[in-house]
Amino acid sequence: MTGLPVDGVTLILVLPALTAALLAALPGYRLSAGLNVVSAFATFLAAVSLFYAKPAPGPYILVDDLNIVFIVLNTFVAFTTSVFSASYIAHELETGRLTPTHLRFYHAMYQVLLFAMNLALVANNIGLMWVAIEMATLTTVLMVGLYRTHEAIEAAWKYFILGSVGIALALFGTILVYMAARPVVGEGLDGMVWTVLIEKVARFDPALLNLAFVFLLLGYGTKVGLVPLHAWLPDAHAEGPTPISAVLSGLLLNVALYAVLRFKMLLAANPEAIAPGPLMMVMGLASLVFASFMLYRRRDIKRMFAYSSIEHMGIIAFAFGIGGPLANFAGLLHMAMHSLTKSAIFFAVGSITQVKGTQQIADIRGLTVTHPLLGWGLVVGVVAIAGMPPFGIFMSEFLVVSSTFARLPLLALPLVFGLLVGFGALMMRLQGLAFGEPSGDAGRPVQASYLPMIAHLALVLMAGLYLPPPLVAWFRHVAGLLG
Amino acid sequence: MNGLVFDVAHLLAGALVLVSFMLLYQDRLYALLNVFALQAVVLTLSVAWQAYAQDAPHLYVTAVIALVFKAIVIPVALHRIVARLGIHREVETVVSIGPTMLAGIGLVGLSMVVMLRVTAEADPLAREDLAFALSVVLLGLLMMVTRRNAVSQVVGFMSLENGLILAATGAKGMPLVVEISVAFSVLIAFIVIGIFLFRIRERFDTVDVQALDRFRGERR
Repeated sequence: MTGLPVDGVTLILVLPALTAALLAALPGYRLSAGLNVVSAFATFLAAVSLFYAKPAPGPYILVDDLNIVFIVLNTFVAFTTSVFSASYIAHELETGRLTPTHLRFYHAMYQVLLFAMNLALVANNIGLMWVAIEMATLTTVLMVGLYRTHEAIEAAWKYFILGSVGIALALFGTILVYMAARPVVGEGLDGMVWTVLIEKVARFDPALLNLAFVFLLLGYGTKVGLVPLHAWLPDAHAEGPTPISAVLSGLLLNVALYAVLRFKMLLAANPEAIAPGPLMMVMGLASLVFASFMLYRRRDIKRMFAYSSIEHMGIIAFAFGIGGPLANFAGLLHMAMHSLTKSAIFFAVGSITQVKGTQQIADIRGLTVTHPLLGWGLVVGVVAIAGMPPFGIFMSEFLVVSSTFARLPLLALPLVFGLLVGFGALMMRLQGLAFGEPSGDAGRPVQASYLPMIAHLALVLMAGLYLPPPLVAWFRHVAGLLG
Repeated sequence: MNGLVFDVAHLLAGALVLVSFMLLYQDRLYALLNVFALQAVVLTLSVAWQAYAQDAPHLYVTAVIALVFKAIVIPVALHRIVARLGIHREVETVVSIGPTMLAGIGLVGLSMVVMLRVTAEADPLAREDLAFALSVVLLGLLMMVTRRNAVSQVVGFMSLENGLILAATGAKGMPLVVEISVAFSVLIAFIVIGIFLFRIRERFDTVDVQALDRFRGERR
């Protein structure tokens, strides 16, 4: 905004960084949790201000119509998750799973993660983007291992090694992009600036670009959780604190996908390079079908929803792989809806595991009887994520399916098959979780706030019933940019 | 192209690939760490030579980081960790040495074929550097998948990362190389601290499926 000395981009980077430093120094979890919420909210406001005042792209920072969608979604879910986390952690302290020292660390890391994700989203420099995603990986590894149980450490280690290999491959791809750019753009900083690259990419060596994209897709695809690179994802979701599962599913996967999209745009602008779409479509479909089948045999509730995230990231990657205005629109909408719905589900699951004292699906029964609001919240969330009307996910899945029928009718078969298999699995599990004879201590009250969950589900419902025309126009415009 | 500059760069990059092969057949942890230190020294020389040849003084920073951090600090720290945690001194392999070496030769051949074909236009020094770098990266990956022990997996990862630094310094005039090498050093430091704090001993030291299920949080 013109009247302010600082612009929105500076704010969304500086606020989390400063808060992280402050939280690392402050004792007392109530104060920290409050500060965490306030800072996340301020960051969200700063992100919204970007709609009104976009700074000009520099060699490091870029805000355009594409990443603003990601930034606003990112900061919004980060804010609601911080609200949920504030009420969630009190219980963890009581049961002794976490100590105050852990919490101080946890809050500081939460803000560092926000900083890293925002930096990755606004980075105009592909090297800087890589550094930011590496940083986000590191912080989430530390948070996944927070409980220090054998399982948590195993999950963190697995995530660490697979994530590191992923980002190492992505760096090799980044170097190859620079090598392709050097003869055209010249040496130095410009060779890594995305806005410069996209202008001149048509004259790059297509063979090098192709090879680079394969490395980048495998590297960042590991972080998106695409099959066959998904092995870290269920463990990381199941063993970490639940707010982190929500952030991982709702945000970090999107950030990695955003990186893939940026490079896909580069390849699409070079007429001689391979079409990046089919690669993404194959990985997306494989993720969808594989994850849908994996949903059946899950016994751990957080694991089950982690596989559901793989399924949905597969759908999104598939939609972007098809390309074209309609499929891109569907992909963007699905991404936004999935972020909101999946984090709402994880909010519910966090409270459920606290009141029932277990993550085993078989030990959680009759939630709607013992905790009506929580139980029905879960029912609504799962119905939404399974793709039933009238929720937003139904609409975006419908768009994906119909554009597949229009463009590549044969591929619609595995797509619809995967969707149905996943739907069946979720409904089967939901039956046991929500209804029937209640299990466990029925009287235990819920401490976590319902507000974030209800807010997310209301937004998803609203999107399913009525999308405001300005939003549709915006998404359509962005879908056009993606090509 | 100056003949000597090219030859020395070539020699050093080739030496890096050779040391990567040496890492593959070590069967003692201490020996593995020593060979890794040797690899870091070769990387240092290679990066320093690139700094001299490209007249890029900032690359000397990367070279110093490689020397101090990867050739001295990390191997010493890992030596201590191995001694203190009482990890088995033998490297436990999933696949025996012979097939691993054969697979390694295959991977080097693959990376030569791929890289030399696609970079026909690029300048010869950079393209051969890239081909060698990809070989080192693939050999590092191979090492990570054929080892069970956490320390040797980490050594595999660090050797993979050496390949990336070689590629980044070989790409003439690439910006942010120093920043990227610092970011990688932080990552590695975290891994090493992680090993120590979490006291990961031999992971997967049992093939008992039940134990694996427990690690995956799936046991009932």
